[in-house]
Amino acid sequence: MQNIILSAKNLSTGYANQLFLENINLQIPESSYVAVVGPNGSGKTTFLKTILGLKKNYTGELLINNEKPENVPSTWIGYVPQIKTIDRSFPALPIELVASGIKKNWVGVIPKEAKDKAMEILTEVGADSYAFKSIEQLSGGQLQRVFLARSLVRKPKLLLLDEPATGIDLVCELSINSLINEYNKKHNVTVIMVTHDWSAAYHHTNFVLLLNKKQIYFGESKSAFTDENLQNTFSHSGHHHDIKFGMKELVNA
Amino acid sequence: MLDFLNYTFMQNALLAGVLIGFLASYYGVFVVQRKMSFLGSGLSHSAFGGVALGILLNTEPLWIAIPFTMLVAIAIVYLKDKTGIETDTSIGILFSVSVAIGIILLSLRTNYSGDAYSYLFGSILSVSTNDIIVTAILSVITLATFFFKWASWAYASFDSELAISDKINVLRDDYLLNVLIAITIVVAMKIVGIILISAFLVIPAASGKIISKTFFQMTIISIIIGITSSIVGLILSYYFDIPSGAVIILFQTLIFLIFGIIKRK
Ligand SMILES: Nc1ncnc2c1ncn2[C@@H]1O[C@H](COP(=O)(O)OP(=O)(O)OP(=O)(O)O)[C@@H](O)[C@H]1O
Ligand SMILES: [Mg+2]
Repeated sequence: MQNIILSAKNLSTGYANQLFLENINLQIPESSYVAVVGPNGSGKTTFLKTILGLKKNYTGELLINNEKPENVPSTWIGYVPQIKTIDRSFPALPIELVASGIKKNWVGVIPKEAKDKAMEILTEVGADSYAFKSIEQLSGGQLQRVFLARSLVRKPKLLLLDEPATGIDLVCELSINSLINEYNKKHNVTVIMVTHDWSAAYHHTNFVLLLNKKQIYFGESKSAFTDENLQNTFSHSGHHHDIKFGMKELVNA
Repeated sequence: MLDFLNYTFMQNALLAGVLIGFLASYYGVFVVQRKMSFLGSGLSHSAFGGVALGILLNTEPLWIAIPFTMLVAIAIVYLKDKTGIETDTSIGILFSVSVAIGIILLSLRTNYSGDAYSYLFGSILSVSTNDIIVTAILSVITLATFFFKWASWAYASFDSELAISDKINVLRDDYLLNVLIAITIVVAMKIVGIILISAFLVIPAASGKIISKTFFQMTIISIIIGITSSIVGLILSYYFDIPSGAVIILFQTLIFLIFGIIKRK
């Protein structure tokens, strides 16, 4: 029997007085790889932020390693935010971002050990060549890697990734995916990844969570993408779009 | 050449100038990076309400203006936290209410002709011992925040949610930062003037940002510009007998332009 690292019972969450993401019920075993899939505005980011302890007003039960989110030590979780939400006008270098991940605070002058450690992990994700380039000048994919390094440097038990492959070319995507895979398998890190890539979700992950303001599906990846589930996830309630979601294409991809 | 150093008022002005130059340019980096430039003018106009009350009550305006402005600063953070009212909006409202109150209070004092002008545009003649004591205490506290609070303020300026996820009490930090900025504005008011304070808060930091790769660099450069421009501005103000605030701001703008040109090359 595997350890349950994250469990939600009747979890509802959202903003201020509006709990628009409702009725999440799931159990995630340790070291599994979970994809979170859903349309824009379906609550994917909100779900990750609730796990991170950023949403204080959720109802229901949410336990991470049997603790409430606010009691989970911050080094326990690695988080890669959705890059489009990052303020790139902030004067900072990748090495500083990673150092802030190590120190759990911003650092004015980075101590030698922290710098070495940061360089090491930046090299591992292939971001060492721009470690001292201002973040304003980085491409989306480069910044993505820096944030990945920042989350991995804590040696987290749980890795939360918000669309880590968006705006990245295929080669980069493959290398980021394989890096995440490696962390998942070799280091037994549980990965929860928001993605729009059904094919990657189908082929690489163990579980899929389909969201559309509520939980549509949680379970084995291989049986997630049925026509019915996808209709429920991606169609508006009011009118019908009649999208054809083919299982075949996915399997053959 | 350095004959101005023989005058007590000039010694006071220079001492106060160096300190407020440091204070404003240090807090300015957070103001600029959090895109709260409006906070400077909002709080200084609120301070005007406090000054007017002080004048009406015939006490030292400072003792009324400081708590008054602090209250406004706290209200801004509180409204944002509790009701989600955007900082811009609440500043806009509180700002106008305070000015309205200030004008009514001043009109109640019929025989008043005093130094309202110097509060508006800044004067080097008006710095009192009280001003210097308060400014010095605030500077000591501020220096301490450089070691104990700068990092978490910087982190929250970059991304408040990342900071919260690292268990930083961002709300408490914001209250502290806003209150300290409020006091800085009140003590800087006499030299710089209510009208020009927001520029005084913003220009050194904005200049530092142009040529900095890191937030730490930006902070240091901003402080250097803040202190230097106060000294240069006060001396020019003395020799040419023009309002100190205006000279300081123009000198800072010159630096801003020079940095902008250097950067473009
Ligand atoms: N600050 C906010 N206050 C109130 N509602 C918000 C706020 N930010 C987002 N929302 C709403 O919350 C809902 C879910 O947002 P969320 O960011 O979780 O979606 P998402 O699935 O991550 O979308 P995307 O694919 O665009 O990243 C949206 O309908 C959005 O309108
Ligand atoms: Mg999102």
